[in-house]
Amino acid sequence: MTIFLVRRLMHSIVVLLVMSFVVFAGVFAIGNPVDSLINPESTQEEKERAIEQLGLDRPLLEQYFVFLKNVARGELGTSFVHNRPAIKLILERLPATLELTVAALLFAIVLGVPLGLVAGLNPDTLIGRGILSSSILFFSLPTFWVGLMLIMVFSVDMNWLPTTGRGETVDLWGFKASFLTLDGLRHLALPAVNLGLYPLALMIRLTASGTQETLPQEYIKFARAKGLSPTRIIFLHLLKNIMIPIVTVVGLQFSVLLAFAVVTESIFAWPGMGRLIIDSINLLDRPVIVAYLLVTVIVFLLVNFLVDIVYSTLDPRVRLSGL
Amino acid sequence: MRSVAEPTLQVTDLRTHFFTRAGLVRAVDGVSFTVGRGEIVGIVGESGSGKSVTGFSIMGLIDSPGRVVGGRIAFRGKDLVALAEEDMRKLRGNRISMIFQDANTALNPVIRVDTQLIEAVRAHRGVSVDEARGIAIEGLKLVGIPAPEKRMKSYPHEFSGGMRQRLAIALAFVNQPDLIIADEPTTALDVSIQAQILHETQKLCRERGTSLVWITHDLTVVAGLADHICVMYAGRLVESGPVDDILDNPQHPYTCGLIGSIPSVNSRKKRLFQIPGTAPPLLALKEDCAFRERCPRASKTCAKAPPESKLGPRRMVRCFHPGSDGDDRHPAPAGRRAGTLPQ
Ligand SMILES: Nc1ncnc2c1ncn2[C@@H]1O[C@H](COP(=O)(O)OP(=O)(O)OP(=O)(O)O)[C@@H](O)[C@H]1O
Ligand code: SF4
Ligand SMILES: [Mg+2]
Repeated sequence: MTIFLVRRLMHSIVVLLVMSFVVFAGVFAIGNPVDSLINPESTQEEKERAIEQLGLDRPLLEQYFVFLKNVARGELGTSFVHNRPAIKLILERLPATLELTVAALLFAIVLGVPLGLVAGLNPDTLIGRGILSSSILFFSLPTFWVGLMLIMVFSVDMNWLPTTGRGETVDLWGFKASFLTLDGLRHLALPAVNLGLYPLALMIRLTASGTQETLPQEYIKFARAKGLSPTRIIFLHLLKNIMIPIVTVVGLQFSVLLAFAVVTESIFAWPGMGRLIIDSINLLDRPVIVAYLLVTVIVFLLVNFLVDIVYSTLDPRVRLSGL
Repeated sequence: MRSVAEPTLQVTDLRTHFFTRAGLVRAVDGVSFTVGRGEIVGIVGESGSGKSVTGFSIMGLIDSPGRVVGGRIAFRGKDLVALAEEDMRKLRGNRISMIFQDANTALNPVIRVDTQLIEAVRAHRGVSVDEARGIAIEGLKLVGIPAPEKRMKSYPHEFSGGMRQRLAIALAFVNQPDLIIADEPTTALDVSIQAQILHETQKLCRERGTSLVWITHDLTVVAGLADHICVMYAGRLVESGPVDDILDNPQHPYTCGLIGSIPSVNSRKKRLFQIPGTAPPLLALKEDCAFRERCPRASKTCAKAPPESKLGPRRMVRCFHPGSDGDDRHPAPAGRRAGTLPQ
């Protein structure tokens, strides 16, 4: 376990360093933020002063090392646009995005695994085929269109659910959380379903195919030969084997959803990182972009780390020290 | 009521077919045999002859596209073919248990050994988890697994091949069944370990009066241990009878060939005899005797499938030209009549 932790930590640091340089160089290459930041009517002198102040006149590598030095001091730079620490801006909005992502994934798992199980156990029935066909539909419908449809049906037509914002929030360890109030949950419902539709389809297909691959295995037949009840065979012998690929995909999907949340956040005016990062990219607000990407990578590494731990508890043949 | 004379298992004209896309596979096609109380019956046959399918049919574990299409499987007088699934489930692992051909794939790789043992006990007995654990540990001791309390917490992959096989045997015995069907491991196990395991299983069965059906592709394995032997070929029994009778006085050319290829019986007197050719694919089976292509005694008569001929109360052969002649390498004269013995 310790070996695993140390190795994973070193691995993460390397990933972060590489990522930070790629991001830094990438943003550097896109363009000079000065053009969009400084009032075009300002004098040449004012412009140069601003450039010098922001450190934009120095070569890429030097800027990068200054940046690294600041990172070591916990400083990710100040937003050119908002004139506030970039990391603060990101962290303020991170909880909303995380909440949305987790809610979408939970929706996908809680609904997708049972549906996939039903489809996998009854592949030749109407209901099994129906589930699998609808999962194809969920795959191919564009998030944006589904979002608008959800609003039309559930908010405009039926007037059941609100369409914008997080609703009433509660303070949870210094962060705002929607899921602890009824109003917050009502606000969370549509965005979570919207974002969760794609992973839902993924869960259904993964569980269904996993079920069909596991059913013909000898150990399932042997479990039957022991006279176990069908319930025990399905919910222990079968499901425990299917959980292994599911956990892997959930881990991967987490990062994907974190990025895809941008679309859903725009449709439902969900105050997450999405809007901020779109604006920052438009304005080439380099510190915010870098901070966003670094935070995302850290979340990604953390999730992977958790996945590996869960993985090793699910599959005894996997040893943490070997990962 | 269960009379003393009632056999533990009586299989009559069992037919298990697979309705595959490529066509009908008659994997088991008219198999009859009896297993008395405490008796050990060996089913011998080469790969693909239908031994495992016979075992799974008895267990009620034939899956689509397969189906038991005919016959009777009487277990202590009760016909299992007609039994409802829920009643069959109560017998499985309880009164009849099965040792699978490959212990490596039969145990669930992601579930701890203790869970897999305890659930087997609790599926059939209303005992607490702790009691079941005690029973399971006793079971592991019985089959000679060292430090059973400690090993209980392991996963199957942490056992060696031989230990895993013992684990499977412990599982088979754990509810003290009346009948065990053992599908002999054909791969991965050392021959000496295999012999040892067979010997121990046989001993346990003898001690407890458990009936045992031992499935093997090797006649030598069961020659010294079984009471009764069934020789299987292409989905049918070609010969069956008490072990001594089969070994000393084989009637079917296939059985003669099998015995001819045992080195110890043959001991340097002759060159080791091998049955030429291979078994026909079951899909391609025609109306004639399935052994005809390989048979040294084949004649025109053999263009029909031979019926079973009863040679005694529990002695049967399925051949038009039975006999235990010593040298089968010359084709039999065409006029040879059914039932004639050589010399
Ligand atoms: N699920 C299935 N679908 C189609 N055919 C099958 C199926 N299972 C078994 N068979 C057929 O039944 C025949 C007998 O198979 P079985 O497993 O009983 O052989 P076996 O005697 O146990 O051989 P081995 O010694 O290799 O284990 C095989 O030839 C195979 O073609
Ligand atoms: S019936 Fe004919 S072909 Fe078949 S085993 Fe007997 S002699 Fe050989
Ligand atoms: Mg077999």
